[in-house]
Amino acid sequence: MSQTDLEIVVDDPTAPEDDSPSVVSSGTIEIFVCLLLLALAATLGYDNWRTGASWDSTGPEPGYFPFYLSIVLGGASLYGVIVALLARSGAAGTFITRAQARRVMAVFVPTLLFCLVTQFLGLYVASFLLIAGFMRMIGKIALWKSLLTAFLFTAIMFVTFDIAFDVIMPKGPLEAAFGY
Amino acid sequence: MEAFGLLLHGFAVLLTWKTLVLMMVGLVLGIFVGVLPGLGGPNGVAILLPLTFTMDPTSAIVMLSCIYWGALFGGAITSILFNIPGEAWSVATTFDGYPMAQQGRAAEALTAAFTSSFIGSLVAVLLITFLAPMISSFALKFGPPEFFAVYLLTFCSFVGLGREAKHKTVISMSLGLLLAGVGMDTVSGQLRMTFGSAELLRGINFLVAVIGLFGISEILLTMEERLALRGHAASISLRVVLGVWKDLPKYWVTLLRSSFIGCWLGITPGGAIAASFMGYNLAKRFAKEPESFGKGRIEGVFAPETAAHASGTSALLPMLALGIPGSGTAAILLGGLMVWGLNPGPLLFVEHKDFVWGLIASMYLGNVVGLVLVLTTVPIFASILRVPFAAVAPMIVVSCAIGAYAIQNAMFDIWLMLGFGVVGYVFKKIGIPLAPFTLALVLGNRAEDAFRLSMIGSGGDLKVFWSNGLVGSITTLAIVLLFWPVIDGLLARVGWTQRTRTTSP
Repeated sequence: MSQTDLEIVVDDPTAPEDDSPSVVSSGTIEIFVCLLLLALAATLGYDNWRTGASWDSTGPEPGYFPFYLSIVLGGASLYGVIVALLARSGAAGTFITRAQARRVMAVFVPTLLFCLVTQFLGLYVASFLLIAGFMRMIGKIALWKSLLTAFLFTAIMFVTFDIAFDVIMPKGPLEAAFGY
Repeated sequence: MEAFGLLLHGFAVLLTWKTLVLMMVGLVLGIFVGVLPGLGGPNGVAILLPLTFTMDPTSAIVMLSCIYWGALFGGAITSILFNIPGEAWSVATTFDGYPMAQQGRAAEALTAAFTSSFIGSLVAVLLITFLAPMISSFALKFGPPEFFAVYLLTFCSFVGLGREAKHKTVISMSLGLLLAGVGMDTVSGQLRMTFGSAELLRGINFLVAVIGLFGISEILLTMEERLALRGHAASISLRVVLGVWKDLPKYWVTLLRSSFIGCWLGITPGGAIAASFMGYNLAKRFAKEPESFGKGRIEGVFAPETAAHASGTSALLPMLALGIPGSGTAAILLGGLMVWGLNPGPLLFVEHKDFVWGLIASMYLGNVVGLVLVLTTVPIFASILRVPFAAVAPMIVVSCAIGAYAIQNAMFDIWLMLGFGVVGYVFKKIGIPLAPFTLALVLGNRAEDAFRLSMIGSGGDLKVFWSNGLVGSITTLAIVLLFWPVIDGLLARVGWTQRTRTTSP
């Protein structure tokens, strides 16, 4: 053992358990997604047909190319549904376990809220709330560390984008109060 | 030798303090995203793209490509020290790299990985330097039918040669092409597939989709797994580096073979992942004692790393010469070109000499600087992994949102990004590949324009795609590739070819 063999260990306090039960199988999701895509293909196909999917004096009409693509998409999705249905009797893999679903929701819901808050209070306030909240609630990191990290990161982003690079982000009442 | 003179000019463009600083920043950010779990080349480039919006194109591409080189280097660090491949193409590196680290030879393995990455890229950049100008000057003669044939070839080879279920590749590709068509039709000016929505009028922006598909979805995927990790810390001393370099000539066959495989798979849209596995398998097959692979053999690190980097770099060749990206990351760089107001394609070499040769020169310089940087700073980057993911994840989300908004200053794009994040997550979980989608989305409009212009030229006669030897052979090749699995199967049945299978990832 040389002196370079220091270990790096990182713990994950809210890790999903390995033996968590399956919520839904991959096969079911595959069928669902393919059906959705089929519906999308039908909608887009109809819209393109309405726009004009044939030939006129100048060549193909605007809907021509996408119309046939919708047919390809629809065909492939239909095939996907059939394949997934046939494979269903066999071994269906787990799409997600309950513990995993909880964890994914633990990121997805805050991200969704972040987008909502951005719409009304501006991106920087939302960013501060998201980082501080996420670190505290999901990562179980000390409150002062969470607040400090969130503040520093948001401040660096503000300086980098809004001031140094002139990339203007959506802002809300707080920034307005400071005259930005 | 014209290329050489232009290359020197490229170096002259590059050697300013500002570009060098940007290069360093790019490399550091790149290694950072390469090391972090759940972020990689395409994600890193997509998220950091907005930083470059206000730069001039040359500085912007230098920084972005350096992020890419950095990510390629960074992926090796976690594979060797933690047995966690930061990137899919680093999976093969873990086979022998991690056992080496366990035996206390981490520094040796890391040096081997970085050095072979460097060699792989160098071979690929040499190829680009001499081949790209030739291809592009040849492609200047292309008309719309030829271009459409080349696009068709790209799409068909994805379907025919991809490892995923064929119908899933087709789904991914046709969806990408369809979404590319949303908004104003570029030929007639008519609106399509907008369903009366004002937001959809602008169309679906490629980069917004990419940030969602790669950035947000990766966060969701990463959170599913247990994020606790345990591994080795390592620092590399000059003695170890020189020791590995001294032995390098012994492995020249492995290095050369892997470089060749990488370049080949990089240019054809096969990708770095396939290249790294193929490089590893071939090194194993040709070794004197194949059973010693997987137990910490240095060739087991050389082979996949060289191939992965050669392929990651040569994927930029078709992008530069023809405007057709060979990988997901190249597609994002291509999206970047459009944002900076450059029109990708063969004309790039004529109209924007400074840009193209600056980029090629930056590939040389970036790899040299990158090699020195990773060799000296490994301990710092390895300790990035100590930063809890709960702190990194929200920061990535915020960066993604900034990126998505900055492209067109539209709040709608942030929502769109979130939507694509969910789509990317589900697609990855059920095995629908994202690379064809990305490629189709970025090429869709140009492929359609090429098709319609050919049709207008020929008066609606599809025979235009077989009207001369060049376009005819490209179109035929495309169709052969599309049905390659069927043809291959038939040939095997007749006994013409032996079906050789390489291990899939």
